[in-house]
Parts: sequence; structure tokens; C-alpha cells
Amino acid sequence: MKRFPEYYTIWNIAGHYGLRIFALLVLIFLMLPILVIMPLSFNSEPFFTFTEGMLALDAEAYSLRWYQEVVDDDKWRLAIRNSFVVGIAAALIATVLGTLAAVGLASPWMPYKRFITALLLSPMIVPLIIIAAGMFFFYTRFNLVGTFAGLIIAHAALGVPFVIITVTATLSGFDRSLFVAGLSLGAGPFKVFWDVVIPLIRPGVISGGLFAFVTSFDEVVLVLFLAGPEQRTIPRQMFSGLREQINPTILAVATLLVVLSAALLFTLEALRRRSVRLSGSA
Amino acid sequence: MSDTAAGLNPADARNAARDVRRRKLQAFLFVTPLLVFIIFAFVAPIATMLYRSVHNPTVANLVPETLAALDDWSGNAVPDDAVLIQFATDMKRMANDRTSGQLADEINRALPGMSSVVKSTARSLRRVDDAEISANGATLLLEANDRWSDPTTWHALKAAGQVYSSSYYLTSVDLERTADGGIAQRDTQIYVKLYTKTLRMALTITVLTIVLGYPLAFFMAHASDGLANFLMVFVLLPFWTSLLVRTTAWIALLQTNGVVNSSLMALGITDEPIEMLYTQFSTIIAMTHILLPFMVLPLYAVMRGIDSSYMRAAISMGSRPLGAWYKIYLPMSLPGLSAGALLVFIISVGYYITPALVGGTDGQMISNIIAFHMQQSNNWELAAALGSLLLILILLLYWLFDRFVGTDNLKLG
Amino acid sequence: MKMHLTLLATLALTASPLVAQDLTVTSFGGAYGAAQKEHMIDPFVAETGTNILFEDYGGGVAEMKAQVEAGNVQWDVVDVEVIDLERACAEGYLEVIDQSTLPDGDDGTPAAEDFIPEALANECGVGNIVWSIVFAVNTENGPGPQTIAEFFDKDAFPGKRGLRKRPQVNMEWALIADGVAPEDVYETLSTDEGQARAFAKLDTIKDDIVWYDSWSQAPVLLNDGGAQMVQSANGRIYAAIKDDGAPFSIVWDSHVYDLDVWAIMKGTPHKEKAMEFIQFATRTVPLSGMQDVAYGPTRRSAQALLPEDVKQDLPTAHLDEGLKADGIFWADYGESLGEKFNEWLLQ
Repeated sequence: MKRFPEYYTIWNIAGHYGLRIFALLVLIFLMLPILVIMPLSFNSEPFFTFTEGMLALDAEAYSLRWYQEVVDDDKWRLAIRNSFVVGIAAALIATVLGTLAAVGLASPWMPYKRFITALLLSPMIVPLIIIAAGMFFFYTRFNLVGTFAGLIIAHAALGVPFVIITVTATLSGFDRSLFVAGLSLGAGPFKVFWDVVIPLIRPGVISGGLFAFVTSFDEVVLVLFLAGPEQRTIPRQMFSGLREQINPTILAVATLLVVLSAALLFTLEALRRRSVRLSGSA
Repeated sequence: MSDTAAGLNPADARNAARDVRRRKLQAFLFVTPLLVFIIFAFVAPIATMLYRSVHNPTVANLVPETLAALDDWSGNAVPDDAVLIQFATDMKRMANDRTSGQLADEINRALPGMSSVVKSTARSLRRVDDAEISANGATLLLEANDRWSDPTTWHALKAAGQVYSSSYYLTSVDLERTADGGIAQRDTQIYVKLYTKTLRMALTITVLTIVLGYPLAFFMAHASDGLANFLMVFVLLPFWTSLLVRTTAWIALLQTNGVVNSSLMALGITDEPIEMLYTQFSTIIAMTHILLPFMVLPLYAVMRGIDSSYMRAAISMGSRPLGAWYKIYLPMSLPGLSAGALLVFIISVGYYITPALVGGTDGQMISNIIAFHMQQSNNWELAAALGSLLLILILLLYWLFDRFVGTDNLKLG
Repeated sequence: MKMHLTLLATLALTASPLVAQDLTVTSFGGAYGAAQKEHMIDPFVAETGTNILFEDYGGGVAEMKAQVEAGNVQWDVVDVEVIDLERACAEGYLEVIDQSTLPDGDDGTPAAEDFIPEALANECGVGNIVWSIVFAVNTENGPGPQTIAEFFDKDAFPGKRGLRKRPQVNMEWALIADGVAPEDVYETLSTDEGQARAFAKLDTIKDDIVWYDSWSQAPVLLNDGGAQMVQSANGRIYAAIKDDGAPFSIVWDSHVYDLDVWAIMKGTPHKEKAMEFIQFATRTVPLSGMQDVAYGPTRRSAQALLPEDVKQDLPTAHLDEGLKADGIFWADYGESLGEKFNEWLLQ
């Protein structure tokens, strides 16, 4: 039994446990939906629900058939490939441009800083449906609708704010005098940037890039408006699956995606710890 | 680096000024590539949408001469023969170019039922030779369909022929322009209601995320480092999990024979499955789940920096815990709370995917009707006007956010 | 890091060597799509070696408009409901098809006589199936309603009703249930009073309606208990009964029938290939394969190939109980009624 200070009344103690129980319930609320779909994806029946066999832990009731279907289906294979191609390309563009910009924005001499920051972060705030409609109207003029180039540009724009935020956060722990020192030793600003700044902010850059990748990887509204059938991505394929034919293939894909996001999460966490260690501050 | 001391001579001052300019330029050069990219990839599209909401040249491009001829029309009777002949000529041309359907679509928007009138008239004029049209075009037109003898039809054509028009904005707030130029309520009252409903749902979701997120963030912020990091995984994993995966999960949970209903029935709480999916309820609960991390993360970041000994001190001096929390802790956690609340509110106002998949009819939000006009009714101008209003709303919120919280306070994970 | 990403990109690009598509064919998916794949797509691929990407869509002209206006045509061949064909053709989203190039029936009848007249009525399409919108009942809890009037009688037949979320067909049914003669339905619906009457009738069951978005959801709703009776394309219910032994029954009273056609997107770079596909797909044998999903073939020579018992399940056997969907009415009123319908839903 935990010991409470003497001045605690019974209500204080009840509050103490009440808070714990409530927090626990909220965590369950957060996790349960994600955990529930995993066993369902091994259903041997074409249903979205637990069958009696599954509840009885009957081995017959479980199967890998939906995973097999994902692997066998041309459309899913195409979607998986497209998601990676678009995600990686968009993340590269967003990371390179975003990192440069974040360094510029971190400079105390940066003009119109507040306005430009707000502008560059705005793709995160404007609703996707508005972005999608606008891009559809505008990209049409450049024949970018229904092409990989159009989709990659669109997703890169969405990823930019995340790169700026993460890189700016690492830069805030970065000692500017190093930059100045480099300059005073005669190196040009871009050389200093490459040789001094980049190695120090690398964790921030990588996590920004990962954020940009995930943003693209998870995005479906722009894909709905800008992509043609040859550019279908995983979320697009899931979206039409959910609207039209609900079957556990989607759950199999969903489970794979949860595993992927867990892997990304742990990568990011490792990066964060490394960054904390390097900059020596929390 | 030169200090701006009192005794700076003019040459130094010039040098210093030049130095500052150079550094400004340097910093700006770093930002330039991205700025150019964002202007092309993002800002220009938004501007195009805003422009599109007032600009629709379709009819003006299709029948420019007819519209010019209509300029002198009195508006009270059928236009004179010259106008009718010009229009008959245009109709014949459009019938052969297969563009009469576009005209039909635009006029039909102002005057339902006109689509088939335009198309059948175009069909009947298609094979008539030019000499016949210049001679008897007016008669042919009036014979093709008697709606051409109704001035209302010509008012509709003239209105549709305006290149710049505020009519889409009027429609987005359920108003319309009357024949005499006044503004009146439309027969169908839909969009204002939908905006109100969207705001109400966004508010509900924000309140729910506060109710659920605040205690959780509080608990985590004042737990030991190890426990906090461990619990953080349970917040971050859903945050990192695909939106569609989470929406799928809610479909599996809430459907008629889903996990929740089967459990309720197995426990004997209910005999019949409860309709939960495809309702406003399912939209709100799924969106609360999806947006909860956006509330918890900024709250946690701020609360982590609050020294809880103030609270303990207050309680030890006899203050009730709730009183102490209200007077001391709440004001200190306010930056995190407002950041989270605005973030959640802004994101949920513009949400599309989750309402589209689990909302049924009840849970549709303004984004869904914009998508409807983009993808199904093909009324792109109205979609643009509805979108522009939504954008203005969001920018207002963003501005508030920037003013009271500051965009540099945004932290991820 | 870039090293790793490049590596990943290369891996992803090389891992699945998918061949570029020669032709994109778009249709409605589900059991219908499966039948088209089996009887039209796969034989065509086998015969010509063409790579086909077989896509699904939900109907309507919006996606065609978007592609044509964007100058980026992605689809080549598309399955269009006649209810949308009028508009798509008039607005220039479809190519004109030279119907004289269609092959003769397998019994030697020239194409112009072999096709039923409605199938070639529009110059932009070649008729593919005669299908119908019916309602179906899950018979586990009794036989359920047998007429549209009973479908709207929630006191006699309690339970959820699944309807597709759009004004089309729902408005027609409401009026018929309210006593309007089928031949007067479209005339009544073009007046404000008629529209109000239809909405008033829909109001009486509004609380019991489950709305869905695509045809494939209809049998699912009926199957998982989401609805006791649903509106559906007849083929989807037929397939569920035949293939899965589902306890459903189709009610033909006041069904609304229509044709689907194959059409070619305007400006496609594969126009010749697309035409070749349509010529192939609308031959006698592929058309007769549509009986798998109880859709009537549009060639007389194909109808002759059907077994007698199957004919009874096709819309063509029930035309006198039904109503022909009026594409011209819906081209005129689709948009304004769509808006009023949305308003009504929000009330």
C-alpha cells in the first residue's frame, strides 16, 4: 500500500486512484481498436468479426488466407510499390528543401520570419479537401493530374511543415557560434552548412524525413483527387475497399501497417534519444 | 562582431548595415528554394481555387456573340430576332462541336429542366443549313421548344454568361439573387446548417479530447520517467498508425455484428444489436480516438515543465485538490491546453476521410459536401466557394493560434 | 540516410516488375465485375495478349469530366449506366462509336438487327446488359413485403431498409408507393408538388433507412443484419443467392430497369485497342456470360443461348412489372433534386 502524506483526506486518496484508473481507461481506449484488428486479420472466414471458432481458439478458425490474397493481388502489389515510390520521393524533396529552409529560418537575421514560417507551415493546417480541390484545378494546367510527378510534388508540400518543425527543434539546441566560427574561418555558408550544421542536426533531419514519408504514406485525400488508376496507393486501395467490399484483406494490410508504424516509432524514439545525448539537453 | 556602441563612425555603421543586409540575404537564400516550391505546389493551387469560386467563363466562352447581342435586351419580353438567330447559329455550332452539353449543364444549374431543352434544341438545329438559320433561325428556335419564348430562360442564360459572379458564394450561404437584383433565401436551406453542424461536431470532439486527454497527460507528466516513457508508446503508436487503419478498426468494432455489439449481447446488456456505425456517434467517437494524441502531446510537453510542488504545497495548506488545480495548475497548463484544443478543433473542422467512411448521412461534414460537388455533382465553382469559406474560417483559427500560442510551440512526439 | 532511402527505393522499384498497361477498363466491381472479368476481360487478354488494368468506379460522369477537362485521360473503356450516358455523350466526354464495325451475331444475324434497339440508341455506347434496380428481402424472418407500397409500410413490415444514397429510384419508388401510376412518375416528379410528395412519402420511413454508397454494400447489409430489406442491383442479390446460398428473395414489383453500355473515353491514346475490346466484349458468347449475375444480354442471339430457368431471373422477363429509368429526366433534374435530397437528409 502506497503511503500518502498525512494531510491527504480520503478524497485525495480516492482522487489519486481515480486518476490512475481513468488514465488507464483512456490508454485502453487508444490502443484497443488497433489491437482488435490484428487477430481479426487471421480470420479464416470472409467476415469482419470474431467467429465462434476464433473465440474458442480453434486453430481451424485462423488462417493466413487474407495475407495470401494481398500478396497475390496485382492491385495491392501495385499499391504497395506506388506508396513506397511516392513516399520516398516526396520525403526526399521535403527533407532537402525543408532542412535548408529551417536553417535559414533559424537565423536571427531572417527577414519576415514570422510570416514566412506561417506560410511554410500552412500545408499542415489547411484542410486536405481544400488542398486537393485547389491542386486539382492548378495541376491540371501543367498536366500533372494523374501523374507520379504531380502526386510526389503534392505530397512533398504536405511533408514540408513536419521537416521544418523537427529540424527547427534540433536547431534550437544548436550553438550558433559554431556556424559563425565556421564562417570566420573563411568557409562559405553552404560549406559550413554541409560540414558543420548537417552532422549536428542529423537526427532532426532524419525524423523530419520520416514524418514526411509517413505523411505521404498515410495520405489518401490528395490521392483521390490527383492520382489515376496507375498511381493507386495503399490508403487509396483501402479506401475503396472500405467503401465497396469490406473483407479481411483490408485487415491484413492494416495489421502490416501497424507493424510498420511500430517500427518507425521505435526508430524515431532511438533517434530522439541519440539527439538528446548529443546535444546534452532534454 | 561589431558592437553597436555609441561612438560608431559612419564607415563602420555602413559596414555594419551592409553586413546585416548580407546576412539577411544569406538567410533568405536558404529559404528561397522551399519558398518557390511551396508557392508553386501549394499557394498557387489555393489561389486558383479562390479565383475559381468567382470566375466561371464556360458560358461566356461558348456563346460570346449571343451574350453580346443580349446586352441591349430589355429583359421584359422575348429578345428580338437578331438575338434569336445569333443563338440558333451558336446552337448549331455547339451541336456539331458536341459542346451543347456544357451549355445545357450550366443553364440547368440556374433553371432546372433546361438541360434537355438545350440539348434537344441543339439536336434539332444540327442538320439545318446556315442560310436557313440566318433567315428563319428565330422561328426555328421558338418552334424547337416553347421555353425559348419565356424571358426567364433568357435571364438564366444572361446570368450564366457572367464571367465573374458572386452567385456561388450566395449559394454557399443559402441565398440567391432574384430577377430584380435583390437577394433572397433559396428554396433549399442546406449549407449554413452544414457549417453549423460541422462546427458543433468539431467542438464536441475538442471537448471530448480535453476530457480524456487532460487527466491522461497529467498522470503521465507526473509519473516517473520510466513509466512516462513506457506509457508514451501507447499514445504514440496510435498517432503513428495510419488513419485508414484506425478508421477500419472502428468499422470492425461498431458494425451491426461487430465486436462491440457482440460483446454487449454476450453480456446480456442488450438483446438486439445497436446501430452505431454510419451515424454521427460513430464519426465523433472515431475522430476523438484519431485526434486524441494531438491533445495529449502538447499538454504533456507543457505539463512536464510544471513543478508539481506548488500543487502539493497548496493542498498541504488545506486547499482542496480541485481548488488548487483550478487556481494554480490550470493556468500553468493553459498553453498546452489551448495548443491542443485549437489543433484538434482546426483539424476536425476540415476532416473528410473518417466522416466519409463511418459517418453515414448523419455524420457528414462540410468537407464531404465539398467532395460531393467536386466528384459527383460536378459543380466545381460551388465546391470552390464552399472551400473558400471553410479556408477563411481555418485561417482565422490559425491566426488566433499563432497569436495566442505561437506556431513555434508546435512539437511532435 | 539517403543511402538507405535510395536503396529502399531501388528495392521497391525492382521488387515488383509490373508491366505497363495497354488498356484500362473501368466498371462497377463486385459480382458484376467478376462476371465481366471472366467472360470479357480474361478471354480478350488470352486472345490478344493485351495487358488490361480492370478498375472499379461508382458511376456518374464526374470522373470522366475530370479526366477529359484535365487533358489527362486515364481510362480507355468505361461501363456507363444509360442514366449517365446522355450527359456524358452530350458534354463530349466519350468518343462516337462506329456501330457498323460491330461483329454479326454468332448465328449470322447482322449486328444492327441482333442488338435490341435500346442497346444502340446512343452513338457513344454499345449496350452490354439490361439490369434492374429491385428490392430484396432477407427471408429468415418471414417473407417480408411483396410490393413497393409494402416496402414503405413500416407498421406492417418493421425493420431497417437499405437504400442507395441518391435521389434516383428512391424518388420514383416513393411516388409509386404513394399511388402514382408508373407511367406518370417522371411527369409528376418534374413538378414541385410531385417532389414534395415524394419527400413526404420518404419521410414516413426516414428513421428506418440505412443509406449506402455503392451497390456491393447492398447484399452485405442484408447479410449482416444491417437491414431487413434493401434496394439493390438485381444481379448482386442473385449472385448472393446462387453462390452463397443466402436466404434472400428478389421482389420485382416496380423495379426500375436500365441498360449499361461500353463506351470509350474521349481523347484516349488507345482508341483502336479500346474499340477492339468493345467489339470482342459485345459478341454473342461474352454477352451471354452476363447471365452469371442475372443481367440480360443485349443481343438476341445471346438471349437465345440462355437456359429457360435462368431467363426467369433476368429483368427482361419482368419488364411489364417495371419502369424504365429515364436518363433525360435525370440529366435535367439530377442536380437540383440531388441538392434537395441532401437538404432533406440533413433535416
